[in-house]
Amino acid sequence: MASEAVTNHDDHAHPEAHDHHDTSSIKVFGFWVYLMSDLVIFGILFATFAVLLRGTAGGPDGSEIFDLPLILAGTFALLISSFTYGMAVLAMTAEKVDKVKKWLWITFVLGAGFIAMEIYEFQHLIHLGYGPDRSGFLSAFFTLVGTHGLHVTFGLVWILVVLYQLRTKGLNDMTRPRILCLSLFWHFLDIVWICVFSFVYLMGAL
Amino acid sequence: MFGKLGFDAIPTDPIVLVVAAAIAIGGAVLVAGITYFRKWGYLWSEWFTSVDHKKLGIMYFIVALVMLIRGFADALMMRTQQALAVAGSEGYLPPEHYDQIFTAHGVIMIFFVAMPMVIGLMNLVVPLQIGARDVAYPFLNNLSFWLFVAGAILVNVSLVVGEFAATGWLAYAPLSGIEYSPGVGVDYWIWALQISGIGTTLTGINFFVTILKMRAPGMKMFRMPIFTWTSLCANVLIIASFPILTATIAMLTLDRYLGMNFFTNDLGGNVMMYVNLIWAWGHPEVYILILPAFGVFSEVVATFSRKRLFGYTTMVWATVAITILSFVVWLHHFFTMGAGANVNAFFGIMTMIIAIPTGVKVFNWLFTMYRGSIELSVPMLWTIGFIITFTIGGMTGVMLSVPAANFVLHNSLFVIAHFHNVIIGGVVFGMMAGLVYWFPKAFGFKLDEKWGKRSFWCWLIGFYMAFMPLYVLSFFGAVRRMQSYEPSEWWPMMMVAWVGALIILLGIVCTAIQLFVSIKNRNSMKYRDVSGDPWDGRTLEWSTSSPAPFYNFAHLPTISGIDDFWQQKQEGRDAIGNGPYQDIHMPRNTVAGPVMSLFATVFGFAMVWHIWWLAIVGGIGVFVAFILRVANDDIDYYVPAAEVERIEVEHKQRLEEYREWVKQHPEEASHLQVRMQG
Repeated sequence: MASEAVTNHDDHAHPEAHDHHDTSSIKVFGFWVYLMSDLVIFGILFATFAVLLRGTAGGPDGSEIFDLPLILAGTFALLISSFTYGMAVLAMTAEKVDKVKKWLWITFVLGAGFIAMEIYEFQHLIHLGYGPDRSGFLSAFFTLVGTHGLHVTFGLVWILVVLYQLRTKGLNDMTRPRILCLSLFWHFLDIVWICVFSFVYLMGAL
Repeated sequence: MFGKLGFDAIPTDPIVLVVAAAIAIGGAVLVAGITYFRKWGYLWSEWFTSVDHKKLGIMYFIVALVMLIRGFADALMMRTQQALAVAGSEGYLPPEHYDQIFTAHGVIMIFFVAMPMVIGLMNLVVPLQIGARDVAYPFLNNLSFWLFVAGAILVNVSLVVGEFAATGWLAYAPLSGIEYSPGVGVDYWIWALQISGIGTTLTGINFFVTILKMRAPGMKMFRMPIFTWTSLCANVLIIASFPILTATIAMLTLDRYLGMNFFTNDLGGNVMMYVNLIWAWGHPEVYILILPAFGVFSEVVATFSRKRLFGYTTMVWATVAITILSFVVWLHHFFTMGAGANVNAFFGIMTMIIAIPTGVKVFNWLFTMYRGSIELSVPMLWTIGFIITFTIGGMTGVMLSVPAANFVLHNSLFVIAHFHNVIIGGVVFGMMAGLVYWFPKAFGFKLDEKWGKRSFWCWLIGFYMAFMPLYVLSFFGAVRRMQSYEPSEWWPMMMVAWVGALIILLGIVCTAIQLFVSIKNRNSMKYRDVSGDPWDGRTLEWSTSSPAPFYNFAHLPTISGIDDFWQQKQEGRDAIGNGPYQDIHMPRNTVAGPVMSLFATVFGFAMVWHIWWLAIVGGIGVFVAFILRVANDDIDYYVPAAEVERIEVEHKQRLEEYREWVKQHPEEASHLQVRMQG
């Protein structure tokens, strides 16, 4: 089968090249659909948390173990990182690669700070004997918050991959949709965290 | 070093050893054959790494048929056990082994037979029906297939290394918890389903986006073929429900591996939460299977009645209604939980309401046949067999949806008879109809009619003999999952059911012979499908050659109505189109899918046996393979216009030769002749 490698996606050379659809918009749309399926996972974990809220089995409930000032600091780090990611996307639209990198690095540092806060919280609780195996409530708590944390960690790795690709390839048809998808992912995690903060920490601390 | 894995993991049961030996010998013969004929390179570069949706569809079906044999062997063993283990006799299967067999049977038949058949058909047909050249994410499509294979491999490995779950196919907690199932059986169940389930979620996203975003110009939503509509709805169900399965299995995993307390009896766990969650996925799952089967029947019944489908719009809305309702009925699987009268009444009524859109569909099929010029081809026989059988199964389902009656029927053979009634009568018949109907499109030749009809009659008669007795027995108190039973008066009915299973076996043998005969005669004019349109079809997939070229359509078609291809033929428009041709943009094959899945298999196996270092190797392997794939920019290419022209001109030449042949042999060319001359 004869073939010709594609080095650039020049639509003028190939009028039927992208047929009737635009590949970048398909990527972003598909990523939206993936996020919705991911949201179902979080929905299930929230539901399970609600059901197991009273299943403390003689162990602590939320008001005894949540360190709200610490959580609030982490929350602000994450919320601000959403803003800085937005700045990175604006810089991408303006074709300023260096600015994109700068804002991505700031986002990375803020996200890493959030994860550091979470790791400290978890190891502190386990140290006190309130690990996830202590009660159904703690299982649900660790799993819900930990699943969000794993997502953020994955997002951090993704930021590094994007930074590397920006260095080697710059802004092109491959990296642009990835930055947009990662943007959706990052904001999505922010929204999930707002729910975690409100329903798990604030209501639990009452 | 090897976690829980030791030599004691190799089973000593003679039955298992014989099966394992058979698999080993069969596998060795296959590997030796491929090596002898030097086909590994061909398989690897043309099939395993292929991102062509048609080839992936074929591979899904091949694996599904192999797993069908495994799952059916389990079924025969169960029926044989129940035919023997009466009135004090213990039969030939000890309880521990019997429990693994009914678990494996359910898991295999749903996850590794029915699902790949449904997804395989979607792969083969949907892009062709909507006039697309591929799916939205060709690489993910390949990855989905291989993740499914990884799950299938883990299930089969459990046969010879360790054990499989003995918990029933949904692994209810707390039985599936570490306290009551300390072995590795449930872990095999967990990782096989988790890995293949992620593949299924990716498929759902892929086809949802494909159908919404990649339809040919002019194909509005309400011009899509019904099979595409039902696939769209099935994919919506996958996207919304499979994450529930993923989360539920993950929580069971945490319970078993890290000692958490989601579904444990004590320390604040809630076992009924497990049952709720698993059915919140499980009920939509049965509609993921049946909706595409409904789609197959809709295509078949219109084609072989030579009429437009009756009530296209109502068919679409009935499908959508079922899609939505399928999420608000899950509790009918456990009315006896004790949720209270109001909750049970709500879920009972919602379940009954599903019968209404389903009834709409049945009448649409019947009215399509009414005054049609019906051709009793093999797919049509499956369709008629389905309408009758599924209606009976649907009615027993409505009986089960009455909470008061359900308290009596719960956990009895009535439930077994009901869901086999709808899954065999609906999904299996639908997939068999789809296999015969679209086989020519995949391979360029038709399947043998005679053996196809024999297969149908064996399945139909075998089904009724195997499962009608179970309805009867349930009224005498026979429960499901009995390894042995006391009342000797149940025995005659059990024997009838056993004979029924043997007749179904004959049906499977007939299908195997059908495949063999057809492949042997594939070059004879009676079997060849030169025109690409062997049934005088109505939808776009029949407008291209058989097998379809890898780019599907030389020119993207423009659609102006429902059954546009049929209209084209009526108006004498040229369906194929002429040059000038243009370069076509296509995705490249990829090694990333098989490689990632290989590491996923290693990861799953290592997790089952607690071999942590190997699990880390597997996990890193998946990750690195993915990153390498992401870093690769050379993922697509252009097929030059000259290449497209060469393929299209060849097809036209074959078509001309075929027209000549039809003129000379009018008696052999049957109904096609009229159209080919026109």
